[in-house]
Amino acid sequence: MSRIRELTKGLLRENPTLVLVIGLCPTLAITTNLWNAVGMGLSATFVLVMSNVIISAFRRFFPRSIRMPCFIVVIATFTTIVQMVLAGFFPALNEALGIFIPLIVVNCIIMARAEAFASKRGVLDSALDGIGMGLGFTMAIIVISAIREVLGSWSLFGVPITDGGFAPAQIVVQAPGAFVVLGCVIAASAFVQAARKESRRAALASEEYRARESARPRPERRPAAEGASQPGGA
Amino acid sequence: MEYFRIGFGAIFVYNFVLAQFLGLCPFLGVSKKMSSAVGMGMAVVFVMTMASVVTFLANLVLLYFEMNVFLGITVFILVIASFVQFVEMVIQKVSPALYQALGIYLPLITTNCAVLGVTQLNAARFAHWDVVPGFFASALNGFCGGLGFMLAMVLMSAMREEMEALPVPRAFRGIPSAFLLTASLAMAFLGFSGMI
Repeated sequence: MSRIRELTKGLLRENPTLVLVIGLCPTLAITTNLWNAVGMGLSATFVLVMSNVIISAFRRFFPRSIRMPCFIVVIATFTTIVQMVLAGFFPALNEALGIFIPLIVVNCIIMARAEAFASKRGVLDSALDGIGMGLGFTMAIIVISAIREVLGSWSLFGVPITDGGFAPAQIVVQAPGAFVVLGCVIAASAFVQAARKESRRAALASEEYRARESARPRPERRPAAEGASQPGGA
Repeated sequence: MEYFRIGFGAIFVYNFVLAQFLGLCPFLGVSKKMSSAVGMGMAVVFVMTMASVVTFLANLVLLYFEMNVFLGITVFILVIASFVQFVEMVIQKVSPALYQALGIYLPLITTNCAVLGVTQLNAARFAHWDVVPGFFASALNGFCGGLGFMLAMVLMSAMREEMEALPVPRAFRGIPSAFLLTASLAMAFLGFSGMI
């Protein structure tokens, strides 16, 4: 049960992009197109899972004072693998993502998971955590790039939605649009999370109230006029 | 003229934060107060300049041994990390006052994408230049990129200080409103696009 929680916490509750707000550079830079988002998300997930597994497996061998450089070497190795694979098999995607593939090394999400999770926990937990966090990141950038691609170039996955009929707002795929869209998506997620927390608290409170009410001995019945003037229970 | 194009482009047209989306985590994290924004900006100018210089030399060695494809990322990030560590130790020893001002920001800079970003951009852009002009172009690109970062950061912190007093809807408090402010800054900087 707790294993499943390790997997699912990255998707919504501790979503790295929308809740923790880390790993922003690729989130903003490459979300002009859905293919980019899928490619970036899967590349980062691969690096995250593999480096989490390796760091967790070797966590007892890293001297505490130089653990950061050790993590960086592990992460850089997997990033290099991703870069060479993309350059070899997906040249168009490699061209589109450009400098942001090598920059996976300094993606705060990966470093944060290595430091906060993988260097303390077992291999299986770390792998699940990596998968969850990576998919959370992928999901978030897919949502953002879907919004930006539809509004900014009126297409999905590079395919035009209709021929003409809608003049896309160029600015959404340019720099300012990226900031506006990400700001609004984070605000929306904060709003939803706050509302959920509020409703959960309300449900909990009403349950507690009902339990307390049913446990309490019932007061004797009073004449109606006197009962109406008194404030209600609780 | 070529150098002017590089410098002006790095500060305004291809501003690292507002046009290229590099270094956003420190940009949002440390821009709440003007004084810390200036401190962080200075640290970034310094580290970006020096990292450009150091990785240019490292890249020469890698190119000589033809290992830049599969060792480029690892070597660059390690050089930057150890350089930052070294700078921190030197500053602590030489100027405790400056260490007080910059010290807390220096470790953060290792994972600043702008620093690794500028070295990667330099490697792609100036590697086929002659060694001496390439060296100066890389250093200039790093220095001016850092200045652009500092400019964006100081502007942002001034706006955020004013923003503190305003009634913002609850969901937009904090990071989302900071993003909307950044968007307005980015829109202003979009005016520079096409100049170079």
